[in-house]
Amino acid sequence: MSEAAFVKGLLLAVPASFVAVHLFGRLGRLGAVLGIAVGIAAGLAATALLPSGQIGYVASFVLMASIYAVLSLGLNVQWGYTGLFNIGIAAFFAVGAFTTALVTTRMPEGPLAAFSQQAFGFGMPFLVGVLAAGAVSGVVAWAIGRPTLKLRDDYLAIATIGIAEVVRLIFQNERWLANGPQPLRGIPQPLNCLTQTDGCGYLPAAVNAFFSPLTPRDYPFVYLAVVALVLVVVYLVLERMIESPWGRVLRAVREEESSARMNGKDAAAFKIQAFVVGAVIMGIGGALYAHYMVSIDYSHFDPLYATFLIWVMLMLGGSGNNRGAILGAFVIWGIWTGTASLIDEIRPALAAISSDLPARGPYLRFLFISILLLAILRFRPQGLIGEKRRTS
Amino acid sequence: MTTAPRSSPLRRLADLLTGASGLWILLAAVAAAVVVGSFVQGVEPQRLLSLLVRGVMLGGILALGAIGLSLIFGVLNLPHFAHGELMTLGAYLAFFLVLLLPSGAPLGPFSFGIEFLIAVAVVAPAVGALSYGLDRGVYRPLRARGSAPIYLAMSSLALAFGIRSVVYLVWGADFRFFYPGRARPAFELFAGIRVRPDQLFILGLALVLIVAVYLLLERTKLGKAMRATADNAELARVAGIDTERVVAFTWMLGGSLAAIGGAMYGLDAQMRPEMGWWLLLPLFASVILGTIGNPYGALAGALIIGIVWQVSTAFLNPAYGPGVAFLLMILVLLVRPEGLFGARGKRA
Amino acid sequence: MPVLEVDAATSGYGQMEVVRDLSLRVDEGEIISIIGPNGAGKSTAMKLVFGLLKPWRGSVRFLGEDVGGLAPDKLVRRGMAYVPQVANVFTTLTVEENLEMGAFTLTGPLGERKRRVYELFPRLHERRRQRAGQMSGGERQMVAMGRALMLDPKLLMLDEPSAGLAPLLVDMIFEKIEEVNAAGISVLMVEQNARKSLELAHRGYVLAAGRNELDGPGSVLLDDPKVARLYLGG
Repeated sequence: MSEAAFVKGLLLAVPASFVAVHLFGRLGRLGAVLGIAVGIAAGLAATALLPSGQIGYVASFVLMASIYAVLSLGLNVQWGYTGLFNIGIAAFFAVGAFTTALVTTRMPEGPLAAFSQQAFGFGMPFLVGVLAAGAVSGVVAWAIGRPTLKLRDDYLAIATIGIAEVVRLIFQNERWLANGPQPLRGIPQPLNCLTQTDGCGYLPAAVNAFFSPLTPRDYPFVYLAVVALVLVVVYLVLERMIESPWGRVLRAVREEESSARMNGKDAAAFKIQAFVVGAVIMGIGGALYAHYMVSIDYSHFDPLYATFLIWVMLMLGGSGNNRGAILGAFVIWGIWTGTASLIDEIRPALAAISSDLPARGPYLRFLFISILLLAILRFRPQGLIGEKRRTS
Repeated sequence: MTTAPRSSPLRRLADLLTGASGLWILLAAVAAAVVVGSFVQGVEPQRLLSLLVRGVMLGGILALGAIGLSLIFGVLNLPHFAHGELMTLGAYLAFFLVLLLPSGAPLGPFSFGIEFLIAVAVVAPAVGALSYGLDRGVYRPLRARGSAPIYLAMSSLALAFGIRSVVYLVWGADFRFFYPGRARPAFELFAGIRVRPDQLFILGLALVLIVAVYLLLERTKLGKAMRATADNAELARVAGIDTERVVAFTWMLGGSLAAIGGAMYGLDAQMRPEMGWWLLLPLFASVILGTIGNPYGALAGALIIGIVWQVSTAFLNPAYGPGVAFLLMILVLLVRPEGLFGARGKRA
Repeated sequence: MPVLEVDAATSGYGQMEVVRDLSLRVDEGEIISIIGPNGAGKSTAMKLVFGLLKPWRGSVRFLGEDVGGLAPDKLVRRGMAYVPQVANVFTTLTVEENLEMGAFTLTGPLGERKRRVYELFPRLHERRRQRAGQMSGGERQMVAMGRALMLDPKLLMLDEPSAGLAPLLVDMIFEKIEEVNAAGISVLMVEQNARKSLELAHRGYVLAAGRNELDGPGSVLLDDPKVARLYLGG
């Protein structure tokens, strides 16, 4: 086994261990040790057995699915636990992504400034960007939630469509803010220096030496570990919150027990809290996405990819269940990427129907995903794993 | 025991502002701000008047979508998120038929030939029937199963994206024009107001259709039952109204009007697969402004939204049109969520 | 043959049982009043009879036929009419249109039927072109009753007809109920105003916690010390 494969295997072991520890959770401390061992073994086995092209594919697949899982968890707080119908996920996704981009990049200088404009650029570290993304997204959610959440449920849905459209219009048209219709480039990738020959200046030499076999092409493995860590933190925090009295109140609000247990004003206050918490998580998801993409523009946040897909993920996995939200993200992302190659396979057949069709093949996936959502709503509205039954 | 008198001037002012008149005051304020804003920006009055006329036309197009959306919202308690896509579908199907039919000479000053009118006349009932078919295939089974209303709303969202995917698949993502390169020049109507002949046609057709819808809703039994069901669906069932028949008719009417509205929008501007999604926001803004379930309110709302949208382009990037509609909607939600014609507290 | 006969019916919402083993009977030409404290299941009993809820156990028979869980529009055709307590008029429709909606199932002219309703409620004739949403509470109650009477029902069901009305209007509405009944229509009503409704009713039922507690002629119930203590305020 090459040194590079070994390092990659250990990086893959990060998400694998999380899953394994979770599965062995019942065994207590022994389970944790066992889980980490299994995770490391799985990571190393995967890199040892699979050709490097395929393992790279696995890494980037898990990476994107994990980012979507964060977004799906955010939606689960709003819809799954509180019953808030947000169809403007794209707004919070985009606000998070552009916020971290502006916070972590530096103002373009010299000749570049002529081509690229942005309102500001602080050159702050990744973590600051992620937190700022969550905060700004939360503020946007508060602003839109306050007037709408005390009204009937469908008003929120309509208002969120509106905020998503307005956010998209702003990022599309305002050049001074984030380079308008042109992509905003050069978003730093955290720990990217590990894959460079010089290593990271702020890390001990031993750490740099350990990662030295990695080349820039191996960056997804590094970022995968980072994203997996964020996903797990978000998941654990949410599980805590959901089991707390606060989480119980949210479920009461969803079940419209509000009249019995609290007055309308209190219910509205809890809805706003849940809406903001969900949006903060979505903003964090958007930030994770931006740092992976390096360059982003408004078109990344089309409602098809940035809202609808996430809804299907949550509905398939099982709303009201955080594990379901994550599972759904992985399954739908699998279907999404899987159907892409399937459509490549059937290109000749599509070409036989119409010469235009192969180029429009990607939209077959959307049609399929739409029908899938209709089928879920009709036949299995609780999703793959439904909500945990609780004794309240 | 007596209730506390509510006579303090502040209190009366607050009541005034949150009453229906408050919304009218708000609208008057918006209008005043627009006039003052354009005066400050040095926009010529002729330009403003032209935009006003175009706003009424756009309002007419929006009304064709909003009337059906409001009725469906009221009758089925369903915010029909696929309504914009019905407009898209109407436009593209009409486009398809126009290409299929032999191309006639332009009618008078207009850019279109007789084939366009035939296409629209065929497509409108077809989309109406399709809407009803979608109800039978998608929404009715959910209603029969007793699904929560929000699942129906979510299904309409899935349908919206599904229909849009089909449009992408069949017609691609590019702009389409009914008659590329055949645009007729704008002429001076009066007092320096410039409009294109097509726009006058659209305005006229919208007016005719709105009058027809009015007669249908006021003079026929089924029309009255539609208004009754949209007003209070539970009571309609209790009163013995055959609500499934009302539902079927609502879909046919809503789908047909939306298809015509979509074709008119395509004639005035251009067609693209996203147009329905973009129009959805102004449509909902019109419906909420005019009180959910009230078709005449939807008409009034659509005209207001259309005018504000168009006139705002005098000093705003035109791309923000839907954003202006959204802003107006949020203001309405803040001041008076029941809309212009709603009973206080009934729907909110 | 009784007009309505509910036999040991149990029903509720979702998992929650609200009425249990409910039994009641309405004979031809009777006014029956159901009284009981808040949450006793009075409105639920009405919804059960009118097919808005299905009986879990027991039966609902109307004119001798089992109608348990039959949809409201079918019951309306068979001669049952129901006036809900709240939101019982189409606010955006005119008074006349409200009445027409009561006869949706009929084809043909409605003039004669409307005339009879206007005879009973002359006030409605004066205001027939007005939107029901602009009318007072008492007038709305007339519109709602008029709408329910358009099909000449065998049984008129009223859910708290006097709720929220001024005392003068309450008397007026109760008089109208008597007039309707005199025309041969049986009436089943739920009332908060126990004393007045028992005075009017031929018989009454007292519900408590979803069960029959007492029944008997209105005057007997009025004199019952237990009813007096519990529901008539001493």
